[in-house]
Amino acid sequence: MLEINDLHAGIGDREILRGITLRVKAGEIHAVMGPNGSGKSTLAQVLAGNPSYEVTRGTVSYNGQNLLEMAPEVRAQNGVFLAFQYPVEIPGVSNAYFLRSAYNEIRKANGQEEVDPLEFLDLVEEKLKLVDMDESLLSRSVNHGFSGGEKKRNEIFQMAVLSPRLAILDETDSGLDIDALRIVAEGVNKLRSPENATIVVTHYQRLLNYIVPDYVHVLANGRIVKSGGKELALELEEKGYDWLQEAGAGAVA
Amino acid sequence: MSSGIEALVNREYAYGFVTDVETDTVPPGLNEDIIRTISAKKNEPEFMLEWRLKAYRRWLTMKEPHWGNVRYPAIDYNSLVYYSAPKSVKPLQSLDEVDPELLRTYEKLGISLNEQKMLSGVAVDAIFDSVSVGTTMRTELSKHGIIFCSFGEAVQNHPELVEKYLGTVVPHSDNFFAALNAAVFSDGSFAYVPKGVKCPMELSTYFRINSKNTGQFERTLIIADEGASVSYLEGCTAPKRDENQLHAAVVELIALDNATVKYSTVQNWYAGDAQGKGGIYNFVTKRGKAAGVNSKISWTQVETGSAITWKYPSVILQGDNSVGEFYSVAVVNRKQQADTGTKMIHIGKNTKSTIVSKGISAGEGNNSYRGLVRVLPKAENARNYTQCDSMLIGNKCGAHTFPYIEVQNNTATLEHEASTSKIGEDQIFYCKQRGVSAEHAVSMIVSGFCREVFKELPMEFAVEAQQLLGITLEGSVG
Ligand SMILES: Nc1ncnc2c1ncn2[C@@H]1O[C@H](COP(=O)(O)OP(=O)(O)OP(=O)(O)O)[C@@H](O)[C@H]1O
Ligand SMILES: [Mg+2]
Repeated sequence: MLEINDLHAGIGDREILRGITLRVKAGEIHAVMGPNGSGKSTLAQVLAGNPSYEVTRGTVSYNGQNLLEMAPEVRAQNGVFLAFQYPVEIPGVSNAYFLRSAYNEIRKANGQEEVDPLEFLDLVEEKLKLVDMDESLLSRSVNHGFSGGEKKRNEIFQMAVLSPRLAILDETDSGLDIDALRIVAEGVNKLRSPENATIVVTHYQRLLNYIVPDYVHVLANGRIVKSGGKELALELEEKGYDWLQEAGAGAVA
Repeated sequence: MSSGIEALVNREYAYGFVTDVETDTVPPGLNEDIIRTISAKKNEPEFMLEWRLKAYRRWLTMKEPHWGNVRYPAIDYNSLVYYSAPKSVKPLQSLDEVDPELLRTYEKLGISLNEQKMLSGVAVDAIFDSVSVGTTMRTELSKHGIIFCSFGEAVQNHPELVEKYLGTVVPHSDNFFAALNAAVFSDGSFAYVPKGVKCPMELSTYFRINSKNTGQFERTLIIADEGASVSYLEGCTAPKRDENQLHAAVVELIALDNATVKYSTVQNWYAGDAQGKGGIYNFVTKRGKAAGVNSKISWTQVETGSAITWKYPSVILQGDNSVGEFYSVAVVNRKQQADTGTKMIHIGKNTKSTIVSKGISAGEGNNSYRGLVRVLPKAENARNYTQCDSMLIGNKCGAHTFPYIEVQNNTATLEHEASTSKIGEDQIFYCKQRGVSAEHAVSMIVSGFCREVFKELPMEFAVEAQQLLGITLEGSVG
C-alpha cells in the first residue's frame, strides 16, 4: 500500500528526515517510536502533504500512485488520514459542519453522492458511540477550547467517520487518560481491516498493549535505526533509546 | 494555501453586465438649475426644493474630507450626472408592466422581484438606478398601517411625515457627502411603522447602480413609532464599469419610545479589476437615532464590494435605556480600501452599545476600523462593549484600527477587545488533510471568524450573503 524509499525532507536548509525507507502493506499496523525531535511528526506531516516541509530526495508510492505529487486534499480523498499530534483549532466553525464538509468532499471526489445533514447525523451518532465522545462537542467550534484529551478523541472520531485506508496516528495516546486510551485503541481496532493500514506514532509501550502492532520501527536523527516485532517496544521500554541513537549517530558518521 | 486564496480573491465579478434601458438624464454638472430641475421632475412640494437648495448652498462652502485611511484620485463633481431614471416609469400594477430588460437584469442577479420573495414574505422595493420601479406586498403592509414606498412616493403621499423627520438624524449640513446627497438625491426608500405595530415581514430593497457616470444618491428614511418594530434589508450588486462611480447615500433611522429598528446590509458593488481600475466609491452616511426610552437601533453590515468603502453606521442613544448595536464584516481584497466603523453617542441614562467588527484583508486590500464611543455628561451608567478583530490573508494587505473614546461621565463602563490574526496555514492544512479543498477551507475559516456577525443577519440575507461572499455561512448541522 505504502512504499517509502530513501525519503529526505526538511525545512529551509535544515534536513530532518535523512533517508527513510519503509513498506506498509494493507492489513498491517506499524508502530513508529523514537526520542523527541527524531522526526516522527515530520514523517507523518510529509506523508500527509504539509507544504511547510520540502522533500529533497526519495519517493513515496501509495497504492501505485506517486503520493508526493498529490495535493494534500487529494491524498485525503484517496484515503490518507492523519490524526495530528497537535490538532488545530478553527474558531466559529462547528465540528459537525466541518466534518460533514470533509465527508462530502471526499465522497464527491470518489464519485459518490453527498449526504444531507440528517443522514450525516445518523452516521455521526454511531461513530460518537464508538469513541464515547460527548455529543455536545459536535456543535462546538472545531477543537476550540477542547481539552487536550477531547482534541485527541475528536481526531479519532473524525477518523472513524472518514474511515480512511491509511491512518497515521501521531501520538494520539499522549494526553489521554487510561480509559480514553482504551476507548481510542478499541476504536482503532474496530476500524482495522485487511484493506486498511495504520501507522501509530507513540512514545509508550502502553498503547501497544491495546493496539498490537505487526512491526515496530525506531526513528532517531531522521532515520529508522531499528525495526522489529512488537517485542521491540518492550525492549525500548526497558533500555530507553540511547543504545540505538548511538548506533544511528554512528551510521551517519 | 495560496492557490485557493487567490482563486477566492481573484474571482471575476459575476454581476458585471450592463442593462440597456433608455434613461432620462439631466446634463452633467451641478448648479441651482439642476437642483430645480430634479425637484421639478419629481414634482416636489416647495419645502423639498428649499431644503435641497439650502443643502446645496451649504455644500458649496464645504470641503471634501480626507481624514479616512483611503486614497483615490480627485472627483470632478461637475462631470457627474445627477439625475437618471428609467424612461418608462409610470405606476405599475404588476410585473408584466415592468421593462423585460430590467427583469432579466434582476434574474441574472438572482433577485426575484416575483413570487419567490413574496412567498417567502419579503416585500421587495427594487431600485434601479434612482427611481423605484416596483413595490410589492404593499397591500399586506398597508393593512397594518405600515407605509413602505419609494422616497419620491412618500414625498407625494405623506409629505407631513417626510417634512417632520427628514434631516432630523443626518442634517443637510452634516458632512460634505451628506450635504451633496441632500441637494441632489433622486430617490430611495421610505418606511413608517405606526404605533404599536410589529412589522410582519422583513422589508427589503435592492440597490443597483447602472447608468454610466451617474452618481447614485439614495436617501432612505425609516421611522418606527412608539412601540413599533421593523427589520430592513438592503442589498446591492452593480454591473461592471470602467470608470469609478460615486455613491453617496444617506440613511436615517428613527426609533421612538420602546421601538426597534434593525437594518441589515450586504454590499457587493463592483470593486474594480485586478489592477484596481474601476469600482464604486461608496461614501455613505448612515445614522440612527434611538430617540425614545427603551428604544433600539441595530446595524448589521457585510461589506465585500466597492473600490473604496467609507462608512460609519452610527447610533445616537438619546432615550434613557436605549440600545445601539453595530455588527460588521468588511472584506477587502485586490486593491480595495475600506475605512469603516461606527459611532455610538451616549446621551441618555443607562444606555448600552455593542460593537462587533470583523475585518478581513486579502490581496493588497487595506481595511481600517474606525470607531468612536462618546459618553456625554448626563449619560449615567452608560455601557459599551467593543470587539474588533482583524484577519489577514497573505502579506501584502493591511489592517488598522482607530478606536476613539471620549467619556464625560465617570459612571460609564467601557470594554474593548481587539485581535489581529493571520489566516493560519496550519488551519488550511488541517482542512485539506480532511479532504476539504483550499477554497472551501478559506471560506470556512473566514466565515467562522465572522460567525458572531453572520448570526445577526436575517435568514433571507444569510443566504444572500453566502452567495455574494462565496463564503460558507456559519456552519452548524442540526
Ligand atoms: N516547522 C518547523 N520549523 C523548524 N523546525 C522544525 C519544524 N518542524 C520540525 N522541526 C524540527 O525537526 C525536528 C524533528 O521534529 P518532529 O516534530 O518531527 O519530532 P518528533 O519526533 O515528532 O518529536 P516529538 O516526540 O517531540 O513529537 C525537531 O528538531 C524540530 O525542532
Ligand atoms: Mg511529534
